[in-house]
Amino acid sequence: MHPETISTIRREYFMNAPKVGSIEPPEQKTILTTTGRRLLVDKLGERLAFERTGVRLYEAVILKCGASALDLPTDRLREIRDQEIEHFFLLQDAIRELGADPTVQTPCADVIGVASAGLLQVVTDSRTDMAQTLNAILTAELTDNAGWELLIELCLQEELSDLADRFRRAYRQEAEHLTTIKSLLTEMMTTPGRTLES
Amino acid sequence: MTIALLLQVRASMSLDLLNTKGIPVKKQGFTWKDLVRAPISKLDSDAYTKIRIILMNGIEHEALRFSHACARMNADLQADLAIIRRVEHHQETMINWLLPPDMSPLETTIAYEQVAIEVTAAVAQMEPDEYLSQVYRFGLLEDFDHLYRYSALMDRLEGKDASQILQGYTDILPGRPTIDEHRHPIDDLRKPYDKKFALPITKMHALTILSGEQQTHNYYLNIGPLFADPVARLLYAEIASIEEQHVTQYESIVDPTETWLEKWLLHEANEVYNYYSCAEQETDSRIRSIWERFLDYELGHLNHVCELFKKYERRDPAEVLAEELPAPIQYTSQREFVRKTLANEVDLRADATTFVPKDKEPERSLKHRSKINSQGSPSEAVASDYRWIPGGEINAREEGAIHASGDHLHHSP
Repeated sequence: MHPETISTIRREYFMNAPKVGSIEPPEQKTILTTTGRRLLVDKLGERLAFERTGVRLYEAVILKCGASALDLPTDRLREIRDQEIEHFFLLQDAIRELGADPTVQTPCADVIGVASAGLLQVVTDSRTDMAQTLNAILTAELTDNAGWELLIELCLQEELSDLADRFRRAYRQEAEHLTTIKSLLTEMMTTPGRTLES
Repeated sequence: MTIALLLQVRASMSLDLLNTKGIPVKKQGFTWKDLVRAPISKLDSDAYTKIRIILMNGIEHEALRFSHACARMNADLQADLAIIRRVEHHQETMINWLLPPDMSPLETTIAYEQVAIEVTAAVAQMEPDEYLSQVYRFGLLEDFDHLYRYSALMDRLEGKDASQILQGYTDILPGRPTIDEHRHPIDDLRKPYDKKFALPITKMHALTILSGEQQTHNYYLNIGPLFADPVARLLYAEIASIEEQHVTQYESIVDPTETWLEKWLLHEANEVYNYYSCAEQETDSRIRSIWERFLDYELGHLNHVCELFKKYERRDPAEVLAEELPAPIQYTSQREFVRKTLANEVDLRADATTFVPKDKEPERSLKHRSKINSQGSPSEAVASDYRWIPGGEINAREEGAIHASGDHLHHSP
């Protein structure tokens, strides 16, 4: 018998693992009939979960800004948070239009929750400074941007051009969020005397 | 489970405790991969499968902790305790490892509180001793409030909806406010059942709920520090303190004059009772096969301890155990019973071992509460104005505002 290695153990579990879960409860299975539609709803659920968590992430950042000695554009951060809320409702409406239930957690929504957990930990930690906090937000915004881009592609594949158009507006706003956070972080890190909070 | 035993259980809906041998202890064993199986699906598994997994982890954990305490006080029993304890340790491992890694500590907390509510409510209705039924209802309303506070934390910290875990079986509403649950330790003690007169089901209930509360207490103490958010850290510190009170309450209802061996016998019988309850109602065939296997293991343990009981105490186990197991714990939604209990008993308080109206609460508990809450109340802060809405509080847009992080945030329509 060959000795097991980390790789063989992981491979064995990987090959035999059940999936994280199903996209929809059994009663909905007559509505989402195609693979493309099911995939779209799964990814819509993922963005919905991410936007909802994003609202809480920004609330934590805004709160931290208030407690920071740094002069930070909290009005802009509030605007971003409000747009995350708008995106949440946009996604919720889209899921309903496709005949699915937006309160059901899809597998991708579940997995993005696991991926976001570290970001929440960084942002809500009282000990992390604003630069460390914004770095976590930057990761969130990069993911969000790519996520919306993919959603638009999936909508076009499903010939849902109206939905794709509505999502383009959200995608443009997300691109602006990314620019804002990148600039803030860059400024914070490169301006002498601004990175250290005492 | 042997096929014959399975048929016996299903056909008679009961189990002859003293004459069903199960699997002998020396034939019980595991491998690492036997222990570490594919976890259940957080999304697809029924909430009651999760509830059973969590409860049985607690039952096995109590078996281990009791066994260690017993070994420290009984040199003659150490070898037998060690042999059976090793098996029970591995049983606990297999059960606890069924929980999936995508279930976050906070989501698992929600599931733990659902266990406390659903199982305690089921037990309170089945308990023949009216005083003990009142004890369970008293504790139930406190765990019910914990679920509400943790649900608010989950929504406001992570933007997640606790109903994903609860699957609609359990309400998310305030119970007896956690801020009011802090009592002087003397007011957490209750009167024990009398080992001579209490029915076997009363003893099973006490051990079951004690086990569940003890694992919850341990769990909160372990995971509380994993949170970065200061509100979460404070809330876990506060609710862990209530769980300590609950362990104090539930261990005090067990007759302290039972001998060590009598207690060991009851622990094994309770494990049989609980695996039987799980096997009988489990809807997931993969998980049911684990309950059935462990029911057979526990019958083996029980038989082993029966022999020790005869040898050391020269007593007949039938003095302690019922011939047949009591009716199983019912794993069905207890919503209506909880609502009724909430409406009738939310204002009850404790004065030593008795339950009294709110205005009769002893000064010692009021003082304790006033002191521990004097720098603020995490459970009040986290749930300030919180009302559960499907999909999360953010859906309260129509009402014009959502609550978050201590302020009301208005957003664009």
